[in-house]
Amino acid sequence: MRSRNLIIGSVLTAIFLVAALVSFVWTPFDVTQMNIPSKLKTPNGTNWLGTDHFGRDIFSMIMVGARTSIAVALVAVSIGMFIGVPLGLAAAARQGSLLDEVIMRGNDLVFAFPSLVIAILITAVFGPGAVNAIIAIGIFNIPVFARLTRGAALPLWQREFIMAARVAGKGSSRISLEHILPNVTNLLIVQGTIQFSLGILAEAGLSYVGLGAQPPLPSWGRMLADAQTMVSFAPHLALIPGGAIILTVLGLNLMGDGLRDLLDPRIRVDRT
Amino acid sequence: MSLLAIQNLELSIHGAPILKGVSLDVAQGEIVAITGESGSGKSLTAFSVMQLLPRGTVTKGSIQLDGTDLLNAPDAEMCDLRGNDIGMVFQEPMTALNPLMTIGDQVMETILLHTSASHEEARLKAEETLTRVGLPSEKFKLARFPHELSGGQRQRVVIAMAIALRPRLLIADEPTTALDVTTQAQILDLLKDLVQDFGMGLLMITHDLAVVSGMADRIIVMRNGEVVETGETSALFANMQHEYTRALFAASSHEVDLPTNTRPDNALLVVKDAIRDYPRPRTELFAPREYNRAVNGISFTLNKGERIGLVGESGCGKSTLTRAILGLEPLQGGSITAFGQDVAPDMPAALRSGLQVVFQDPYGSFNPRHKVARIVTEPFHLLPNPPKGKDRQNRISEALIAVGLQPSDADKYIHAFSGGQRQRIAIARALIIRPELIIFDEAVSALDVSIRAQILDLIAELTQSHDLSYLFISHDLSVVRTITDRVLVMKDGEIVEDGPTEQVFNTPNHPYTASLIAAAPTLPDVKALTDVPA
Repeated sequence: MRSRNLIIGSVLTAIFLVAALVSFVWTPFDVTQMNIPSKLKTPNGTNWLGTDHFGRDIFSMIMVGARTSIAVALVAVSIGMFIGVPLGLAAAARQGSLLDEVIMRGNDLVFAFPSLVIAILITAVFGPGAVNAIIAIGIFNIPVFARLTRGAALPLWQREFIMAARVAGKGSSRISLEHILPNVTNLLIVQGTIQFSLGILAEAGLSYVGLGAQPPLPSWGRMLADAQTMVSFAPHLALIPGGAIILTVLGLNLMGDGLRDLLDPRIRVDRT
Repeated sequence: MSLLAIQNLELSIHGAPILKGVSLDVAQGEIVAITGESGSGKSLTAFSVMQLLPRGTVTKGSIQLDGTDLLNAPDAEMCDLRGNDIGMVFQEPMTALNPLMTIGDQVMETILLHTSASHEEARLKAEETLTRVGLPSEKFKLARFPHELSGGQRQRVVIAMAIALRPRLLIADEPTTALDVTTQAQILDLLKDLVQDFGMGLLMITHDLAVVSGMADRIIVMRNGEVVETGETSALFANMQHEYTRALFAASSHEVDLPTNTRPDNALLVVKDAIRDYPRPRTELFAPREYNRAVNGISFTLNKGERIGLVGESGCGKSTLTRAILGLEPLQGGSITAFGQDVAPDMPAALRSGLQVVFQDPYGSFNPRHKVARIVTEPFHLLPNPPKGKDRQNRISEALIAVGLQPSDADKYIHAFSGGQRQRIAIARALIIRPELIIFDEAVSALDVSIRAQILDLIAELTQSHDLSYLFISHDLSVVRTITDRVLVMKDGEIVEDGPTEQVFNTPNHPYTASLIAAAPTLPDVKALTDVPA
């Protein structure tokens, strides 16, 4: 029962991960090559998922698009973690201090901004592209991780093993690294998979409005945007990238759920 | 016919047998106490009467309340019985009340749920019940919230909820374990009175033999899911049949053979007029901050080789004082010096290494992700050049052997150890850098009596072998009496009495000390009981 979510989620995630990795060395067709005569084909023996309005192979585009989505989400989550987690640890270590206030109110400020507006702002200044989409999505991951880390670390600071470490003369940064961080890792991993799926959605959203990856690099969001004028006579153009997004996000969320069940000792104890 | 009859109750959780053929009965107006150490199954026995069992539990046997079978009763019928015919008092009054509901609403809830009383009738009934448990409505308005009451008052509310409908059977699961001694005495008196007034049966679960001896008509001693002995209280104490009962009794009144301290006076720790304030939350944005004074001008000196006890009820400031002595929090006035140097949060590592601590909670005081070797060597951080390689191994083995563990235990994770073993590891962690002064902060309060006796023996032994002095902080007077030479009694942030342990216990000077000693439940004198002709 407990591992079913984890298995389904991991398999779905693994499929897209493999597709993204394989796309570096091989795709059935070249995604930059147009082939107008065989445009708008429905799925068949040669083009497994059909072709788009330029005659490009959709299966190949989905593979390369997975690479874009995963890369953007991965880097964005990493930015959030590498900046947000230390901020959260520092805020928890100095709870109630000026530092805590500055960090947490700064977080509130970022949370208060509509993310799409910031993304538009960034692309307006630096121009559209995958890298700027990464930065925009990454910034919005910082407060998520900072808050989560601080919230999980605060009760830990009251525990006696932290007192024991303080009696052993360890400073707050050392305690944060040695005692607090390992005890909040579970939460971070679970939140990481959820943010990862949100990152994929955000990238798709930004690409849909034209602020993400630029042509000719395929992206699931832009495939959707391109498909919308042709939905009435070629629905597979929209259904396939849409389905890819749904399945990846579903896979990641199921995996996050499964990981939480597996890693949370409280739930684990109940089962044994 | 008895009110509650449990026959041959067997209980297993996920296939693991927990209770093995438990039989007991409770008559009307009778107080029956189930006692035993943790893991004996005493709480699960009580919870199976209420049918409030964890998932995956399988029960066999029979539980009957006045002839009604409870074990096979459908859930709807049980809901009707709970609160109506069976009331329950829980251990922790802090969590047994809903913090968002007023005390009146919580007592009324039971009444409204089980009877057709109108809101007004229920309110009157709640008022009457709260008055009966010692919370008169003119002083304790029904509209009060749990956080406005003290622990003892909250426990009274919990009792009021349980007895509002005058149940025939009241189950009390460690009803006074979380309370201070003086409050404990009052709550026990209240329970006794209620049983007498209402003629209900009381099934009480407690690990404290002293409490049992003063309360119960009959005692049931349990171990590993089995009843090992049962009988009338005085008869059972006078003539203990089972060796486990005798061992339990001996451990409860265990006296440590504390080596006498012969060293000349040489001050290790000097606390002088120490003041510790906590800021209160601001009520207005620019108003000056207000402070709570947790430690108010405390002075005492601990000499080398001295073993001092610090006694006081919860909220008296003893934990705050401990943190100040450990140099974890700054003082707002006065001074604390250890080995002639000032103690403060920024004190040098060398000074810190002379002062170590053992905490109360054997489960919370270790990082669950570290192995024992890493846990016990944590204080090496204080040494300028910590031992490495073989030397480090030797130090770890030495510390583990000193506390009665094996050197091979160093490679295990903390969850492989029992509560008593964990407390040994905590002592090993304090000992490993050979401090001169150890602070035991309620270090044996969470342990079962037999384990507690062993740890107390270990501490006494270590004072000799490791040349230790210590400050032993505890709320348990019987423990402090046996393990210390001098005792400080603390109340409201001040020390009200300071003197040699035996003298303070025999002839207390301060009325507060006297009331503490009077309130502490005591074990019956077995000799006196046996001498009385039956």
